[in-house]
Amino acid sequence: MKINELTKPWSAFNYGFLDESAKREIRRRTLKAVAIPGYQVPYASRDVPIARGWGTGGLQVTLTLLKPDSVVKVIDQGADDSVNASSIRKFLAKVGGATETSDTTEATIIQSRHRIPEEKLREDQILVLQVPNPEPLRPVQPDMSIAREMHGDADYGQLWLILYEQLVRSGRIMQGSSYPSMVNGRHVMTPSPIPRWDVPKLNQADHLTILSAGREKRIFAVPPHTSVEPLVFDDVPYRVEDHQDKTCYRSGVEGFFMNELPQDDGSSLYELSDSHFGIKSIRKAEGEPVTLGETWYKNGRME
Amino acid sequence: MADAFFDGRTPAIRHRPPRLMTAAPILTMGGISRTYGDVQALRSVDVIVYPGEVLGIVGESGSGKSTLLRMMNLEDTPDAGTYHLALPGRVDDNLFTLDRFQRRMLRAHHIGIVYQNPHLGLLMKHSSSGNVAERLLIAGERNFAALRQRAREALDASEFPLTRMDARPSELSGGMQQRVQLAKAIALEPALLLLDEPTTGLDVSVQALVLDTLKTLQRDRNITMVLVSHDLGVIRTMADRVMVMRSGEVVEQGLADQIFQDPQHAYTQQLVHAKL
Repeated sequence: MKINELTKPWSAFNYGFLDESAKREIRRRTLKAVAIPGYQVPYASRDVPIARGWGTGGLQVTLTLLKPDSVVKVIDQGADDSVNASSIRKFLAKVGGATETSDTTEATIIQSRHRIPEEKLREDQILVLQVPNPEPLRPVQPDMSIAREMHGDADYGQLWLILYEQLVRSGRIMQGSSYPSMVNGRHVMTPSPIPRWDVPKLNQADHLTILSAGREKRIFAVPPHTSVEPLVFDDVPYRVEDHQDKTCYRSGVEGFFMNELPQDDGSSLYELSDSHFGIKSIRKAEGEPVTLGETWYKNGRME
Repeated sequence: MADAFFDGRTPAIRHRPPRLMTAAPILTMGGISRTYGDVQALRSVDVIVYPGEVLGIVGESGSGKSTLLRMMNLEDTPDAGTYHLALPGRVDDNLFTLDRFQRRMLRAHHIGIVYQNPHLGLLMKHSSSGNVAERLLIAGERNFAALRQRAREALDASEFPLTRMDARPSELSGGMQQRVQLAKAIALEPALLLLDEPTTGLDVSVQALVLDTLKTLQRDRNITMVLVSHDLGVIRTMADRVMVMRSGEVVEQGLADQIFQDPQHAYTQQLVHAKL
């Protein structure tokens, strides 16, 4: 018997790029994160062939979840066609044999930076959010070990104090993204820099959301059918961005989260932030047989 | 006779003898000892504080008075000793056995503290009203209008000018910062107010104003206070009873007048005479 018959054939990289022990560790950490919703689980973040801060945390989780029959969608601030989203999607297809898609309804794994798609996710889909800073207490407590104690004690008074100060100074809450939210009534998490518009989509959702910060080496999760409540005062209701009455200039669709495009004359045009939802809407308007999935918002209002 | 007491309608009240009740202590500490490395900061110290009284603790620097106050605020745990607070609806257990979370909640609801250094007690980048609101938020208040109202009331009670209630403490004078600390400490009507050198570093006129505010609060709200100071004038102005400490031990304690007019221990005599 020859040596090459006893060993596995050489390949340039392991399936899913990460070695098996790394994937096993991330799976275990992810399971713990799912078991304790909103709790930040430390993990040994590996190097992947993109720079820290460009989605390494999300990419490691996606690589761990990957199967040959996975269908992956990667979005960057709502767009499927940005350089970063395209590169990550192609990489996933190359190292995991996954099928690429831009359609939210077709995807089994959706890796995203800064947005949750407008079409409702199902229980057979997993949303992976890239997180630059996983610690909601960072603005009030720079010491990580004290911040962990504060999480342990559910000592979140100072997060409410930030909101109090914003109301006192500006007359309204100025937190635009990364809105601190209470998960399952226990841990406060930052839901990554998604806009306020998207935070209610995590509450009692059918899908699993995994949030991962590669640089900060933390994984946390929102399991299906789990409460996610933005921190608010009893007498100051939570407000999403005022995009209810904005109309996408390309597709004519209204009532969804928009990108504002300032014009030379001082006015603004608006286009759908969820680019593929916009493309599908245009195709449907042109008579193509396109199926739009059910959306979280209807006529600009959450159910 | 025109007096209502003697018009025959309230004879039972008139003839009832006064009821004498023994006041149970609100704070009882027993056998508190604490060592830091080679230094014995406290040596088997016993403290009793009765409801509504002001206990003054005096002593030179390093005598252990601030360490004792930290124990009362549950910021530190002694090597030996017990600590009981008589609080309504609370089982009388040794508070040193509580875990971190229980201590935090007890502090939030029942103990207020004013530090000598306002940086220890205040969040300098937040507004003065926010500093008071923080204490209410820890205790679970989640209504913005109620937070504003209660912060305003506490600041007003501390004689803080309400026109500046949203100014940051870093923009205020030392005396005003102490008033914000005081408002924060009394916002939840604590059972026990701890004052750690609250007027040290302030000029004499501001000291007098802060002490006047403390006396008004004590009179109007009947708050139990423990006041630590090395300034005998402050202790004499404020305290009902005085405890003199030296090298981690209580060398003498008694009524304020007794301590100041007829000190028994040589160290107390030295202190009093040094002041006079």
